[in-house]
Amino acid sequence: MNNRLALTLVFVVFTAFLFWFVSIRQSLLFIVGIGLGAVLAGARFGFTTGWRNLIEKRDASGVFAQLLLLAIAAGISLPLLAFFPTELSAALGPPSISLLIGALVFGAAMQIADGCGSGTLYKAGLGIPLNMAILPVFALGSFLGSVHLGWWLELGSIKPVGLVNEVGLTGAMGLTYLGLMLIGLAAWFWSKTSGGSRILFNKTLIIGAVLLALLAVLNFVIAGQPWGVVYGFGLWAAKIAYAGNLFDPATNPFWSQPVNATALQQSVFLDLTSITNIGILAGALWIFSRNKSGKADKLNTQQWVVGIIAGFLLGYSSRLAFGCNVGAMVSGISTGSLHGWIWVVMAFAGSLIGVRIRRYFNY
Amino acid sequence: MNKLTSVRMVVFWALLGGFFVWDWQTAQPVNLRLETPIIAIGSGQAPSGGHCATF
Repeated sequence: MNNRLALTLVFVVFTAFLFWFVSIRQSLLFIVGIGLGAVLAGARFGFTTGWRNLIEKRDASGVFAQLLLLAIAAGISLPLLAFFPTELSAALGPPSISLLIGALVFGAAMQIADGCGSGTLYKAGLGIPLNMAILPVFALGSFLGSVHLGWWLELGSIKPVGLVNEVGLTGAMGLTYLGLMLIGLAAWFWSKTSGGSRILFNKTLIIGAVLLALLAVLNFVIAGQPWGVVYGFGLWAAKIAYAGNLFDPATNPFWSQPVNATALQQSVFLDLTSITNIGILAGALWIFSRNKSGKADKLNTQQWVVGIIAGFLLGYSSRLAFGCNVGAMVSGISTGSLHGWIWVVMAFAGSLIGVRIRRYFNY
Repeated sequence: MNKLTSVRMVVFWALLGGFFVWDWQTAQPVNLRLETPIIAIGSGQAPSGGHCATF
C-alpha cells in the first residue's frame, strides 16, 4: 500500500470518528480544512511570499492572486451576510491601538519566519523544519497575546465596524471592490517600475486563489463564521496552561468570556478553528506524501533563534491584531470588516521592515 | 525523503496526535444531544464559536 492511500484511509477514519463521536458539522469542516491545506501546499500559495516578491522583485503575481481570492470571497460572502444576518457572523475586530501595533509586528515577523498563520500550518505539514518548530511557539505567543489582550485594548479602541451594517450591501460591495482595485493598481504601477516585462498572473496561483476563495466561503456557510487560524493555536496552548494551573481563566478578560471559557472545557475537536487547522495540516501532509518535500535551506544557530523569536511574535501579534492574513485579511475584508483593511496597511508596512531584517540575517 | 525528514515528521505528528488524545481524554465528554446543525446557513441559529477577530 502506498503512502498516499494509507494517509487517505487515516483521514477517512478520522472523518468518520468526528462524524460519529463529535458532530457532522465538524467532520465536514475537517474535509474543508484538508482542501484548504492541499490547495495552500499544492499551489505553494504563500501570502508572505507574495508580499515579499512584490517588495523585493516587483513581482505582483502573488498579490494579484490574493486580490482575486478576496474579490471572489467578498463577492459571495457579503451578500450571504446581508441575507442571513442572524446565522452568519462577520470577522469583526475592533480598530484599536493593539490592531495597529499587532499588524505591524505581524507583518515583519511573517517575513522573518517565512510564513503567516496558514503558511506556518501548511509548511509544517510539508515538513519544513523551521515552520514545524515555530508551530508550538506560535501557539504560546497566541495564548499570551490573548491573556494580555484586555490590557492592550485599554490603550484605545472603537467598536468593530462592519460595512454591511454601516452602508448596506451595495455600499459594502462598492467600497470593497474599490479598495481592491486601488491596491491592484498600486501593485501594478510598482511592478511596472522594474523596467522589464512582468507576468501579472501566475496560473498556479490563480487556480489556488479561486479554490481557496470557494473553500473559505464553504467554511463560512458551514461554520457560520469566517475561516480563522490563530484562535485555534491560542486555545491549544491555553488548554495546556489551564491543565497545569498556570493561569486562571475566570479572572482573565479574554478567557472569562463565555465562548472562550466553554472552548477551554470542551474538546478541541468541537472548536471550529481548530478543526480546520488540523485539516490544513492533514491536507499539506497529503501533498507531502507525493512530493516528499520537507527540504529547506539549512539554517545556522542565529537564524534558528531569530526564526523562533519571530514565530513567537507571530502568535502574540496576531492576537493583538485580531487575526492573521486569514482571520483579519481574507475573512475581515471578505466579510466587510474595517479592521481587515487597517490590518493590510499596517502588516504591509511591517513587511517592508521584515524583508530587511530577513536580508540582514541572510535567510 | 531523507531519514532525518522522516524522523522529524514522525515526531511532529506523534506530539500533535498525543496532544489530541490527551485533550479528548481530559475534556468534557461531547454531548451529542446538543449537536449543532450540520450547516449554519438556514439553521436559524446564531454562530457560537470563538474566532481570531472577536474578543
